[in-house]
Amino acid sequence: MEFLTNIASIFQKHGVEFLKATILTVELTVVSLLIACIIGLIFAFFKVSNIKVLEKIANAYIFIIRGMPLIVQLMFLYYGISSIFVLSDFAAGAIALGIHSGAYIAEIFRGSIQSIDKGQMEAGRSLGMTYFKTMRRIILPQSFKRAIPALANQFIIGLKDSSLVAYIAVSELFNHALSAQAYNYMPLETYFVVGIYYLILVLIFTLLFNKLESRMDVGKEKKHDKVEVAF
Amino acid sequence: MIKLKSLSKSFGQLKVLKDINLEINKSEVVVLIGASGSGKSTLLRCMNFLEILDEGTISINDEIIHIEKTNLNKVRENMGMVFQHFNLFPHLSVIQNITEAPIQVKKQSKEEANKKAMELLTKVGLADKANYYSEQLSGGQKQRVAIARALAMNPSVMLFDEPTSALDPELVGEVLETMKNLARDGMTMVIVTHEMGFAREVADRVIMLADGKIIEEGPPAEFFKTPKEERTMKFLQQVLS
Repeated sequence: MEFLTNIASIFQKHGVEFLKATILTVELTVVSLLIACIIGLIFAFFKVSNIKVLEKIANAYIFIIRGMPLIVQLMFLYYGISSIFVLSDFAAGAIALGIHSGAYIAEIFRGSIQSIDKGQMEAGRSLGMTYFKTMRRIILPQSFKRAIPALANQFIIGLKDSSLVAYIAVSELFNHALSAQAYNYMPLETYFVVGIYYLILVLIFTLLFNKLESRMDVGKEKKHDKVEVAF
Repeated sequence: MIKLKSLSKSFGQLKVLKDINLEINKSEVVVLIGASGSGKSTLLRCMNFLEILDEGTISINDEIIHIEKTNLNKVRENMGMVFQHFNLFPHLSVIQNITEAPIQVKKQSKEEANKKAMELLTKVGLADKANYYSEQLSGGQKQRVAIARALAMNPSVMLFDEPTSALDPELVGEVLETMKNLARDGMTMVIVTHEMGFAREVADRVIMLADGKIIEEGPPAEFFKTPKEERTMKFLQQVLS
């Protein structure tokens, strides 16, 4: 019972503050995942390029990023980046998270690009289209669709990983939880409340992605209506 | 029109084509036959540089194609290719499949490309399927769309890589009919096929490949009636029986 009243008081006291911090978490997640998608696409291209040097660069990047805990990379990049450039904590955090997720997204894109039948590239090339034009117009639209479920998964991981930037002084959701519990002496209840905030965030993300997935299949369903006539 | 001179091609250790010399004239219909692994598909794919030859030269309209110097995209624009497995773009509708390259490569306007695409679809008998997607079409229809797609670039040569091999038997006829019409219109065609009836009827010249070499060639009447090489005889017996 006391637990519940404590939770109620935390909601009362920190509810709005946590909501503001949640917005920062969303911003951080969106910006870092945009960075990650760009990095991921570039390194995925490196990996399918058949150019040895580029493949090696991509492999090294993925090996290093996947081989170290995110918190180590965050600290390293945070101090690294901010010793070279003057950056806000938010920017440093977003870049660091982006570089991290980028390695996983590179592998997702690589897999989905390679899953497209090589006849598609040949057909594009045989029509006089360049490699890049065929990639952009023919291969990527198809592979992006195939990548969506795996991307959704990675985006949710990215959202939760963003909590780690609390340790480099970005005042996102988890950072607020850390200071709130130090001040109200109710760590269990505070983390419980913050956990609910994350759950709801992930739920919204999931619903958005489900919508995107079914939207991309809408065309398919429409097409099936006509099948009878087609044969 | 296309001239291959001592062309060789290997995949790793395996020599797939050995010293091929071949000239294809304008409006000629050439059929390449041979057992699987004889190199006929590779030969066809070398002609539009989907495979890069190791040795020898390819000239088109008396111009030697240098792989490093010549813009191969330009060369390919001029050669339509039809694949065994159609390779239609599944995310695009039938008409978008056909207009994609004219709009993207030849910078045609959408209206212009659509108009031409509808003409071609009418020609292959699929005008009513313009807004369908490839997964809704039968194999024969897919292949006819693929032919229309290749024709949309106004190629001067059409290359066919076993265009009917992946089709159900009852659908082969409609594709061959489309190809016959093309031949009648005077299109230069190089065709890899196992359809001997078609070769006999439409080809100006039949070429037999074995072990990466041209072992025999001739006009179909002669070629099928009195093959000179024993390997040709054996092969014909196998495919005709």
